[in-house]
Amino acid sequence: MPGDHSSKQYDMDLEAIRSKVLLMGGLVESQFADAIACFRSGDLSKAEQVIKADDNVNRLEVTLDDTCSHLIVKRQPAANDLRTVMATLKVITDLERVGDESTKIARTAKDLHQRGTVGVLNHYESIRVLAADTADFLHDALDAFARLDEKQAAKLIAKDDVIDHEFRSIMRTMITFMMEDPRTISVALDTLWVAKAIERIGDHAKNIAEYVIYIVEGKDIRHTDYVHTKLDSAV
Amino acid sequence: MMPTVPAMEKATLEISDLNFYYGNFQGLKNINLNIHEKKVTAFIGPSGCGKSTLLRTLNRMYDLYPGQRAEGKIMYNGRNILDPSQDVNMLRAKVGMVFQKPTPFPMSVYENIAFGVRLYENLSKGEMDERVEAALSKAALWGEVKDKLNKSGLSLSGGQQQRLCIARGIAVKPDVLLLDEPTSALDPISTAKIEELIAELKEDYTIAIVTHNMQQAARCSDFTAYMYLGELVEFGETDQIFMNPGKKETQDYITGRFG
Repeated sequence: MPGDHSSKQYDMDLEAIRSKVLLMGGLVESQFADAIACFRSGDLSKAEQVIKADDNVNRLEVTLDDTCSHLIVKRQPAANDLRTVMATLKVITDLERVGDESTKIARTAKDLHQRGTVGVLNHYESIRVLAADTADFLHDALDAFARLDEKQAAKLIAKDDVIDHEFRSIMRTMITFMMEDPRTISVALDTLWVAKAIERIGDHAKNIAEYVIYIVEGKDIRHTDYVHTKLDSAV
Repeated sequence: MMPTVPAMEKATLEISDLNFYYGNFQGLKNINLNIHEKKVTAFIGPSGCGKSTLLRTLNRMYDLYPGQRAEGKIMYNGRNILDPSQDVNMLRAKVGMVFQKPTPFPMSVYENIAFGVRLYENLSKGEMDERVEAALSKAALWGEVKDKLNKSGLSLSGGQQQRLCIARGIAVKPDVLLLDEPTSALDPISTAKIEELIAELKEDYTIAIVTHNMQQAARCSDFTAYMYLGELVEFGETDQIFMNPGKKETQDYITGRFG
């Protein structure tokens, strides 16, 4: 970890940004958990809460973007400080999108339960494992970001393949249901949208892990096969 | 330490095992680096790190002061310029220097330029007029002074005086320009003009610049050398040094972690 700046204010500004990002991370993690819970239970007031909670997330995005801009103009950060600020700007975009995806899940939950077509197939069970894996993935990515642990980040990036694979399985299952019984179509589609939203959350978590590597190593590994090459060569 | 630059860059000045002493105090310790042709090399580091000392070895300015001596090699055009047989006046025409405080001669603008040229060349009036105009044009000053070439150099603004000093250096057809904090005494607009000028000048001259302003080094230079307590800590392409330096000490300095 780098030492302190000569300017205490600079360190305080950076710390303020860091804690707001982690706050935002915590908010979107809860939002996601609540969204999945109300997909399962049909708790409509909880769904409303999730949708409303997105306002807080969006407000944080705007505040943090502004705070980062101020830091850049005041301090002209270089090297690791610059990479940290650039990565932070990108992380908050990814977190805001995670909030949006959770909101979509909550809206779908509302529609599904309000239509009353629940019970035709076990919608929650179909996505339960995917949701749990993705929640862990998001949590671990935020943890790696908080601790700037590039090794953990590298391992996580490889896990995105698992999430994608699970999503494709769910899609095949839903298609099978729909082909066998057209009465399941509406619930199956809703389940598919939810699965897709969860898979997107997984992509955002992977992005966060990639930024950790950027901050620590100075390498921008987006759109490369860095992780597989690195992990293969470490074996 | 090995610089991280591609091998195809041609070196105008090759510094090897350079050590410098102010009496008993060692100001430079075992410096090895190349100043690349028609590129801008910036020297950064805290006060007392040796960057101005290093600059002043490149044209033997230290010769003017007793008790100061350099050991090692600085190769320029196949010769070691630290060798006692080196013609230092010729060297100082080829390796010109501009200082932090503008130093126009107490003469007219025209004479400021012509004075140096006359030491080396015998030009007709017409040829001298051309040379003066060419130098002032190259220093982005011609437009501002062409109607007052007979006015004293001291009557110009700070930024103009500095460009006059650069023109003076250019007039004697150097290979290298050494700029020792050339904009520290200037306002932001003059500074911006000089930085633009540096970008144009490097088409024709090799430039070494010492600066306290890290953003200036990041903006203006192709290569950056970070020095500390007389040693060269890290040398590399400017983009690399400012985005992802190799050494923690370099990173600490450029991010303001001076503890």
